[in-house]
Amino acid sequence: MACGVGLIWFLILLWPLLGIQPEGLEFGKTFKVFGYIAVAAVFIMFFYQIQEAGHLDAVGDPIKSAQGKFKQAYGNMPRWALLGIVLVAAVIFPLVTDRYAHDVSISVLIYICLGLGLNIVVGLAGLLDLGYIAFYGVGAYTYALMSLHFGMSFWVCLPVAGMTAAIAGSIVGYPTLRMRGDYLAIVTLGFGEIVRLIFNNWMGLTNGPNGILGIPRPDIFGFQLKQLWMLYYVILVIAVFTILSVYRLNFSRIGRAWEAIREDETAAELMGVNTFMLKLLAYAMGATFAGFAGAFFAARMRFVGPESFTFLESAMVLAMVVLGGMGSIPGVILGVLALVALPEVFREFELYRMLVFGGVMTLMMLIRPAGIWPAARVGRRSEEED
Amino acid sequence: MKNVISAYGRIQALKGISLKVYDGEIVTIIGANGAGKSTTLMTICNIVNALEGDVLYKGKSIKGISSDTLPKMGLCQVPEGRRIFPRLTVMENLDMGAFFRNDTGGIKEDVQRVFELFPKLRERRKQLGGTLSGGEQQMLAMGRALMSRPKVLLLDEPSMGLAPLLVQQIFDIIKMINEQGVTVVLVEQNANLALQCAQRGYVLETGKVVMEDDADKLLTNPDIRKAYLGE
Repeated sequence: MACGVGLIWFLILLWPLLGIQPEGLEFGKTFKVFGYIAVAAVFIMFFYQIQEAGHLDAVGDPIKSAQGKFKQAYGNMPRWALLGIVLVAAVIFPLVTDRYAHDVSISVLIYICLGLGLNIVVGLAGLLDLGYIAFYGVGAYTYALMSLHFGMSFWVCLPVAGMTAAIAGSIVGYPTLRMRGDYLAIVTLGFGEIVRLIFNNWMGLTNGPNGILGIPRPDIFGFQLKQLWMLYYVILVIAVFTILSVYRLNFSRIGRAWEAIREDETAAELMGVNTFMLKLLAYAMGATFAGFAGAFFAARMRFVGPESFTFLESAMVLAMVVLGGMGSIPGVILGVLALVALPEVFREFELYRMLVFGGVMTLMMLIRPAGIWPAARVGRRSEEED
Repeated sequence: MKNVISAYGRIQALKGISLKVYDGEIVTIIGANGAGKSTTLMTICNIVNALEGDVLYKGKSIKGISSDTLPKMGLCQVPEGRRIFPRLTVMENLDMGAFFRNDTGGIKEDVQRVFELFPKLRERRKQLGGTLSGGEQQMLAMGRALMSRPKVLLLDEPSMGLAPLLVQQIFDIIKMINEQGVTVVLVEQNANLALQCAQRGYVLETGKVVMEDDADKLLTNPDIRKAYLGE
């Protein structure tokens, strides 16, 4: 019923995209794609109806009990054992996989840093930042310029990149402090674009659209880290550092204050929270992690150009945070895996990537708006005796 | 006469009002919807700017200073509509009330004190604020304000949307808090209960103070009875 209407709509929207070819109007291709999707949709609706009516319980119940047992086993293991397993897996990962996997995993780790940094701004403090990728760019260009003009090593530039990104974050944050909601989103979007345009047009500093080439790889006591798997360990260290920092921030006084600001800014202000400073701090801290990631990105690609820092990138990082679960560290990691690693697995569907992406986001917002792994409510300042 | 808040402000909603609050009393501000009662409290706390006039606290002007420094000075507001933090737990809400404080021992004590005043909150201390009922949220909002150990408590319509039995409880608790030495400025629509609870009252009408008197005199005043007490 509603499904039928939806499918008709879809057909109407789909035909202009696939049917209007330079040679003339055609219908065959449209109907083919539509046919596949319509059949799939009908199937899904069919199964959904059956499941609601309870007919599939014979299949569903054993799966649910298996799920339950799995959760039990997982819940019983001490936290550190689980983390230890993950860490060990992450460390031995490059030794057992090929170059392609190294490539993808490096991307995943970079986006984890970005996602966690954005998580501070959007998930904790509730400030909708649509121009976040600008700080990533600032970090990247900082390393590029410092290493090429001053010959500074990667490890020295890393904190410097973090600092410049933090400064950029404060500059962006300051005028937005009085804004709420939609206005904040648009202004941050604008700032993101401004930064990208500066990268693109300031030929003297950034070499404009040609970008900066020949950025050196990091080195340890003169030994250049040329191999991809060595870079993997560098980004792994940065990512672990980011995860730990965000974890500490999450469960600190500052984290609670950010959450109070997110929930009700006026009430927070009335309780003595300096919303001005804390919002600036959120921007600055989020930007710092983006700066670290950016510096690494420059070192890995050995080239930076303004096209890497578009709004679409900002939107992707935001999608990873929202999809995975705002405010939750494992959620963001899952979101990154879903949006960076998973598409690699489905390479053949490259053409329909955006369609699937949009569809998944819509679906997620409908059935599970809190994200794949929503934040658990923990953390308090005063201990309590039970 | 230690704590004196006097406000003479002229903004769009307030057209020149002047109030005085004396140490240790309960003062109520009553009036119809839109009279400017909430605006008055927000102006005192500097969430809304006073265009003219001044707000004095303990003899010093607090006009224009950052709102978040007020709880440290002993001035705390429970805003209209509760405004607790819905996705934080009850405990975390209370902690936020004591945000600017550093004495963990004192904070723990105060949490226990709040739980004694509001036993329902102790039951629900790990629940998210947004899942509490209206009455419980009101208790949470007041408890949160109490965590700042205020000397002056501004209450904005604590009875709003609550069942009559709960309202009575809340007012009893307000009296109890006042007996422990906290000055209370009570903004209320429920003029009857407010005037029974307070010592003095101001009546606000479209941004102006139209009457100021002792509460019991206001209760028996025929004009007030007609306009606000439903005679």
